Amino acid sequence: MADEKDKLTIVMFSGNLDHALAGFTLATTAASMGMEVNMFFTYWGLNIIKKNEGKIRSRGLMKKMLNFMNRGGSKRLKLSRFNMFGLGTWMMKKLMKDANVPSLDEMITMAQEMGVKLVPCSTTCGVMGLSEKDAFRENIASLAGAAFFLNEARESKITLFI
Amino acid sequence: MKADKTLDCVGFYCPMPIVKTSEKIKELKPGEILEIIADDKGIKQDMPAWCQTTGHEFVGMEEAGGEIRVYVKKTHQ
Repeated sequence: MADEKDKLTIVMFSGNLDHALAGFTLATTAASMGMEVNMFFTYWGLNIIKKNEGKIRSRGLMKKMLNFMNRGGSKRLKLSRFNMFGLGTWMMKKLMKDANVPSLDEMITMAQEMGVKLVPCSTTCGVMGLSEKDAFRENIASLAGAAFFLNEARESKITLFI
Repeated sequence: MKADKTLDCVGFYCPMPIVKTSEKIKELKPGEILEIIADDKGIKQDMPAWCQTTGHEFVGMEEAGGEIRVYVKKTHQ
């Protein structure tokens, strides 16, 4: 085994349920393989780590509107295809449950317990009016920018954009 | 094959057998063998790959009646 620690860095750009599941499947597996894992959430990807309960506060009419229409939260995400007004997503979740596959929410918690670092992008948080304290689930890493991501990516053997 | 501990992953798909293995292996001492029982065929490729990355030894595999038994020797803490 190499002394140098393998590292995986993933940009989570999409807020679709299927994309998020793919990302967290790889993240938890990499952590199981002893790799250090960083996930950097930007744009719609931020929806994956938004808190599921309660109201997301933001200032200004446009930001309020955006966060109302784009509420996010791991339990609210939809499939990128065959959503069919929620029916397709509901069916996929049912199939996954029947197949004993953990839900996205369970996978995120599992990843966090395994030491996967979840980093929200500071710029998109600023633009969309998301506060580090209020908008996200618990145990999220500090907001960071592109330089942080690039520095992590430079040290990573694997970098993905999902 | 004789194993020191067994992990039942029947009914679980990727990544759960690998995630559970990485947890379970912590309970073993170096030199001991962990048996993993699974029915997701992906494990035939995944477990040797996990061993290659983590440095634990892939000892062997038996397949019977849709069940796959994989044996991994813990080589280090």
